[in-house]
Amino acid sequence: MNASPRSDAAAGYDADRVWRDFPILRREVHGRPLVFLDSAASSQRPASVVAAVDRYETYHHANVHRGVHLLSQEATELFEKARERVRGFVNAASTREVVFTRGTTESINLVAQSWGRTNLKAGDEILLTALEHHANIVPWQLLAQQTGAVIRVAAMDRRGVVSLEAFSAQLSDRTKLVACAHVSNALGTVLPVREIVTLAHARGAVVLIDGAQCVPHQRVDVQALGCDFYAFSAHKMYGPTGTGVLIGRERLLEAMPPWQGGGDMILTVSFEKTTYNVLPYKFEAGTPNISGVVGLGAAIEYIEMLGIDRIHAHEQRLLATATARLQRVPGLTIVGTAPEKAAVISFTLDGVHPHDLGTILDAEGVAVRTGHHCAMPVMEFFDIPATARASFACYSRDADIDALVAALGKAREVFD
Amino acid sequence: MDLKDLYREVILDHNRSPRLFGRLDPADTSADGHNPLCGDRLHLSVRLANDRIVDIRFEGKGCAISVASASMMCEAVKGQDRAAVKHLFDEIHNVLTHHDAPIPDDLGKLAALAGVRDFPVRVKCASLAWHTLNAALARSAEPVKTE
Repeated sequence: MNASPRSDAAAGYDADRVWRDFPILRREVHGRPLVFLDSAASSQRPASVVAAVDRYETYHHANVHRGVHLLSQEATELFEKARERVRGFVNAASTREVVFTRGTTESINLVAQSWGRTNLKAGDEILLTALEHHANIVPWQLLAQQTGAVIRVAAMDRRGVVSLEAFSAQLSDRTKLVACAHVSNALGTVLPVREIVTLAHARGAVVLIDGAQCVPHQRVDVQALGCDFYAFSAHKMYGPTGTGVLIGRERLLEAMPPWQGGGDMILTVSFEKTTYNVLPYKFEAGTPNISGVVGLGAAIEYIEMLGIDRIHAHEQRLLATATARLQRVPGLTIVGTAPEKAAVISFTLDGVHPHDLGTILDAEGVAVRTGHHCAMPVMEFFDIPATARASFACYSRDADIDALVAALGKAREVFD
Repeated sequence: MDLKDLYREVILDHNRSPRLFGRLDPADTSADGHNPLCGDRLHLSVRLANDRIVDIRFEGKGCAISVASASMMCEAVKGQDRAAVKHLFDEIHNVLTHHDAPIPDDLGKLAALAGVRDFPVRVKCASLAWHTLNAALARSAEPVKTE
């Protein structure tokens, strides 16, 4: 990880050219050029992804894994090619370990309901961290209610760091599952997931990582991490909404019961008995979001074309620049100051409620997220109702930071 | 879209120095309002004599629109009877939710809230205090949500 503003990997990265690959960024809002700083909520799509989805819908659509006719074969081939692309992108051991879902949330719910209900009993512990998104809290609460398992939470410090000491303090032989974010959506903190996996495995616990905020920003190698489950969404990595991935260790997936029943997940059905399909189809009941998966494949192709390491270096440079600029804005406080962060900056401005800030920035053309970021426990911890959050992506530019700082000046003007 | 329509001087003033801020103890009725999306929270406490609001206070945290709306509402309804409050609520509700509704003359400075209707995502900020007052008058202790 290199947070240096003069990283070699970013050398020659042409952000203006990348920006031009995203047609939506050329539009205006409220008569001003759009400055999109809300990619952590959902990123925009490059023209190549839009075209790939359009091509699929226009020329190749049919149901997958079903027909002997040509269109079905083409659709299946595109769908499975995308699966192989996903596998390669996060270095999963095999495509049998790559399950398509509706998104990170569904991936986590799948593990909670299939693995969790099979393997947890009353008194077992599920260990989360203090900075989790609601999607990595609520499925475990439901599971705890269903099984009598108990939820534990590893604390964070005032910077938004979950230390290995804080994590270890909650880890015990009763811990059966650890679920933690790779990157915090509200604070930007990068968690030491590799070490967390090692510690958890030493106690025999299974580990799920919520990688939604990590996959688009830095290289992820699930085999190197050693995690058991890894979940992420297409729409945060320049792909379509409604499509996500669960990477699961084959041995665990094999032993897990199906989560949902339906077509595609079966081999034979009679009214007495159903034989389930092989991995990963056992977990893909019903007709999947085929165009979404095709779009995800195209999004990964785009990321690989730019180079994930170069994207990372570019975003880290923007993070350093934006952090320095924002720290000089009078009355501005950055919430989340971990030494290792993704390009996400949550902040508050004295005397201006985040919701008012969001409206004023929007009028200036600057789109940021305001609110609790689906992480109400995080807001509670910092004793604030909400923050404004600027998040960066491969297409973000220095000019976006200039526009943000200028718009903050405008907010100050309105409220002073 | 002009920010000056939303953040009018009277709204900024009530946000900076909220009137009737605090809590009545004892109160004849009270209610809590919560807007989960933006985290706005407010508590209203009311003293009633016959059917009239003889005193009212609000406390809580929120954006400028919700604080100013609560502050101006408390000023406007203090001394009013239930029928007058209901009339005011209906007028405000109509003005906030209908883009081209005429602004009644008797709204006074509350007319400043009308700027909110050009910012649809902010309407619930302006209406939180009013729904909370309704709940208090209905003697409901349930938290009110404008989501």
